[in-house]
Amino acid sequence: MNRNIYYRKTRAIETLMMTMIRVMSFIVIGFLVLIIGFIFIKGYRAISWDFLTKMPENEMTEGGILPAIAGTFYLMAGSTFISVPVGIITAVYLNEYAGNRKLVSVIRMGVNNLAGIPSVVFGLFGLSLFVTLLDFRSSILAGSLTLGVLNLPVIIRSTEEALITVPDTYREASLALGATKLQTVWNIILPNALPGILTGIMLSLGRAAGETAPIMFTAAAYWTPELPSSIFDEVMALPYHIYVMATAGTHIQETRHLQYGTAIVLITLVLLLNLTGIFFRYRFRRKTMNR
Amino acid sequence: MSFFKSRSLIIDNVIGKLFFLTAMTCLIILSLIMIFLLKEGLPIFKYVSVKDFLTGNEWYPVSDPPLFGTFPLIISSVSVTVLATLISVPLSMAIAIYISEIAGSKVKEIVKPAVEIIASLPSVVLGFFGMVVIAPFLQNVFKIDTGLNMFNASLMLAFMSIPTIASISEDAISSVPQSLKNASYALGANKWQTIFFITLPAALSGIFTAIILGISRVIGETMVVLMVAGGSTLLPKSIFSPIRPLTSNIAAEMAETAVGDAHYNSLFAIGIILFVITFIFNLAAANLSNKYKFKSN
Repeated sequence: MNRNIYYRKTRAIETLMMTMIRVMSFIVIGFLVLIIGFIFIKGYRAISWDFLTKMPENEMTEGGILPAIAGTFYLMAGSTFISVPVGIITAVYLNEYAGNRKLVSVIRMGVNNLAGIPSVVFGLFGLSLFVTLLDFRSSILAGSLTLGVLNLPVIIRSTEEALITVPDTYREASLALGATKLQTVWNIILPNALPGILTGIMLSLGRAAGETAPIMFTAAAYWTPELPSSIFDEVMALPYHIYVMATAGTHIQETRHLQYGTAIVLITLVLLLNLTGIFFRYRFRRKTMNR
Repeated sequence: MSFFKSRSLIIDNVIGKLFFLTAMTCLIILSLIMIFLLKEGLPIFKYVSVKDFLTGNEWYPVSDPPLFGTFPLIISSVSVTVLATLISVPLSMAIAIYISEIAGSKVKEIVKPAVEIIASLPSVVLGFFGMVVIAPFLQNVFKIDTGLNMFNASLMLAFMSIPTIASISEDAISSVPQSLKNASYALGANKWQTIFFITLPAALSGIFTAIILGISRVIGETMVVLMVAGGSTLLPKSIFSPIRPLTSNIAAEMAETAVGDAHYNSLFAIGIILFVITFIFNLAAANLSNKYKFKSN
């Protein structure tokens, strides 16, 4: 009899907890759907060809967001000039070259700590080094360098993850055929790790597009009359545009639809980049499982 | 042939050295960040003592004389972080357990990418959503003066930190050996008992690592708190008080400063505080995960 009650009780607790876990998971995913859905429903009317390809007009209460889109693309492209080569080479060094375990763990620790530094601190760093000391002023160059540094850990981690999945037999076969280390890395290891590396690049591009705090002091402008003509120009950028339109100025309420529209453009861009990255990784995992 | 061989070996050697130098970039940048924070931040202590800077109750950087007391900002950061963590940890645990122990493979392939998508949402979008949707909602429901407050910020920060905590916890939970769980089932435990008494304790160090990294992410987040926390530099009285955490204070005031003045220095000094806090959290997380890593296979 006593045992029966015990079993019933534990069964009831099990059912209750399992249901709670499902409900809580559902709440989280539901909140994601709510955010994206709400912004798209509120803002889709603002999206038009003109919105994407025209300059802002009338103190940014009308017209398009072309300069913000262009600026975000410049910053994304600029940031990869630093993060991709330095990130990939660092990962290759850590995985393929370094003999000194101690040094490797120190570098890894450095990468981890860099990944944990708040983005606004990267902004401070960019402001003091690139903007002020090197005198790039607030510009595409300074913003790209700051974002590039911020993205280094993203590229390093995903490249390392990809390199680890390349079987040692590939390396040994290549070396046994007389290839040098560099030839092995270039012809055998990197091609086999490519999808994983591409994932990292996509994720880092998404981050460069979406980050606001690092570019606030280093690149972003409230408004520019023209598209940038050199890397020393200030630019508008999508995330900063949303921030200033939603919090500053005298037309916050009147321009809500433009804010939603800009948010849609930014979300779409970031989601496309990330889904492409996730897709690459998914295919890559399937492939490496068969090795 | 031998000429070709020795040449390519030399090239190989040189390249190896170049790779080594490149790999040092991260450490160099980390040191540069520290150097520049100290260089621009330390001069503030010509105007105010370290003790007053950390424990002063008033932050009026542009009054005459300026007051640089960051205590309310620190308390704001700490309280919003604690509240966000309290909301985020149970939800993250639920997601982690759901993905690793409950969901079928079909559902898993939807939930896992969905969590990654949460991670990729730009923080300015979350801040915007908090401003235009959550704030008016809270204002109506709780009949408060402003929906832009600590509670709103913690909700959005909690949501932001879920992917970090959930995905690392999920890795830890998934790496618990099946044999442990089988032993538990064999002794007559049901699924929940196995999860709660066997799997979670075995994964505990990984879960702690996840929570530490999640907290570190919340402390460092800028745009969400800048847009939805309300911005008051007074000490918070309740969870519905408008507050101004450290990060948002830097972002909000940097434009008002001139390079090299006391206000500018004080914001870099706040950067030092943030750097130190997140540095400690990251070291703690790294130590924990190295020490007790479950040896899978």
